[in-house]
Amino acid sequence: MSEQALKELGDVIAAKLGGDVLKVEVRLGELMVTVKRPAILTVLTALRDDPAIRFEQLTDITAVDYPDRVERFEVVYQLLSYTHNRRMRVKLATDEDTPVPSAVSVFSAANWFEREVWDLFGIFFENHPDLRRILTDYGFEGHPFRKDFPLTGYVEARYDEDQKRVIYEPVRLTQDFRAFDFLSPWEGMTNVMLPGDEKAALQDGSKKP
Amino acid sequence: MSMTVSTESATGVVTTGPISASGPETKTQIKPYTMNFGPQHPAAHGVLRLVMELNGEVVERCDPHIGLLHRGTEKLIEYKTYVQAVPYFDRLDYVSPMCMEHAYVLGIENLLQIKAPLRAQYIRVLFSEITRILNHILSITTGALDVGAITPALWGFEEREILMEFYERVSGARLHANYFRPGGVAWDLPDGLLDDIWAFTERYPKFMDDLESLLTENRIFKQRTVDIGIVTKEEALDWAFTGPMLRGSGVAWDLRKSQPYEVYDRMEFDVPVGLTGDCWARYLVRMEEMRQSLRIIRQCCKEMPAGPYKIEDRKVSPPPRGEMKRSMEALIHHFKLFTEGFHVPAGETYTAIEAPKGEFGVYLVSDGTNKPYRCKIRAPGFAHLQGLDFMSKGHMLADAVANIASMDIVFGEIDR
Repeated sequence: MSEQALKELGDVIAAKLGGDVLKVEVRLGELMVTVKRPAILTVLTALRDDPAIRFEQLTDITAVDYPDRVERFEVVYQLLSYTHNRRMRVKLATDEDTPVPSAVSVFSAANWFEREVWDLFGIFFENHPDLRRILTDYGFEGHPFRKDFPLTGYVEARYDEDQKRVIYEPVRLTQDFRAFDFLSPWEGMTNVMLPGDEKAALQDGSKKP
Repeated sequence: MSMTVSTESATGVVTTGPISASGPETKTQIKPYTMNFGPQHPAAHGVLRLVMELNGEVVERCDPHIGLLHRGTEKLIEYKTYVQAVPYFDRLDYVSPMCMEHAYVLGIENLLQIKAPLRAQYIRVLFSEITRILNHILSITTGALDVGAITPALWGFEEREILMEFYERVSGARLHANYFRPGGVAWDLPDGLLDDIWAFTERYPKFMDDLESLLTENRIFKQRTVDIGIVTKEEALDWAFTGPMLRGSGVAWDLRKSQPYEVYDRMEFDVPVGLTGDCWARYLVRMEEMRQSLRIIRQCCKEMPAGPYKIEDRKVSPPPRGEMKRSMEALIHHFKLFTEGFHVPAGETYTAIEAPKGEFGVYLVSDGTNKPYRCKIRAPGFAHLQGLDFMSKGHMLADAVANIASMDIVFGEIDR
């Protein structure tokens, strides 16, 4: 599918949905539409039912965590049109406390996808018929795919011979968890402040005490 | 035996069972009860736990509890460089490892805006199709095992072993190949492999005929699969079904045809479509897909071009060992690639391939560093298993097992 055709489709969608659409982009040959959070059900319904657009299948729902943003989560819906043989992505932003309307009434498949996002990111979906955890253990606490959740987790399980059951204990690491970011001050890094960089950023270096 | 009846959930509500075995006068009193199926059960195809509400032997509700194999793959990938994350993909759908890798490396290549050389593309397609046969043998024969046929499994595993030998010869591992790389494949094909694969394609149709003679028109097999778990076209779309689950319901859709990637647009093959949408139709679709895969394998063997098997760009793929002995530049590239890895420009992409089980997609978000910012894996089995509830409703308990088998679920990819 050519970039041009995707741009045109983006314009059609933007014209149809009007104020609900915040941004239309075509990147790497893929169409992305950012919409307002409360409008997601209208958007999905329109995308599914309009014969000129017709995205019949909701392929996936996922989220991406950007802790620095005001609304830290980006919920991403992947759509696929069988009639026109094309894909697109619908995005919206939310934070820990603001619920997102559940898409289950539009696409049945959204049920588990949303449960997964709730489980792993802690994004709440309004009017979801059955919003339980799905992938993590029974009684798990926290939302592991958030960027501030450590990779090693907080608890580890083991079978306790005395109590004859599986028990949870705080994680003990024999070696500190090491993560190298490979961000070198010499290359490819323009937007990161390293300790000492603030001196260079000062307007007049001589005023520094 | 892990099929246990949980007594506390037997509420004591007494209803009249709709299925009375004997004459019309006898009315059996059956309590609806909740039954726990799995997580350790041979017919659960892994660690599936089903909490079923049964009315007699009829399934009224079926609630799959998944996540018992959840390893947090997507989170782990965020802490690995792009190349270090490839082996995680083998461990997703562990009966079709190379297809999983395929989606991931195509995603990276899309972000890097590079294309693998032609020979690498052919090798990848060749092994994707070998993987498809590998997967379908397991799916069909263990599915037959679930409905009572033991022989197909015994025969099928022998063939799988031969295919896994091809895996071993090309990558060094029978199962977790770790063979595809962004920009190509890890090693070139060893001498004589293509001839042996060709010999396999000549011999294999005989096995398929034998398998079909055991199953396709077998009375018991048909009794257990025909009209079981019917999925209509609308339901398949609504529930995000893909692959044989979708084609079994009469939707002619195959990503290899409709959105061809690599060299699939050069291949001649047909897409089988089921008519009835039941377990039997899905079985037939898988059988025919194996025959079509053989056609693609043969074309790959015939047309396999000479040339490099991975991209020559040293910023992405490591230099050959011989070169490293002489060239300082090559040594530096090697060191940088295996410590730091390559940096991927910021961007995002959703790349999907036609895996044996359906549409396997990878949603990669890059922030410009050497590790993925987010890697969401879209597993076909996850969406399929979700449909088990509506597919099994009103069927007998044993038919739920037939449904699970026809979905071809593998927990590596569902739980991730």
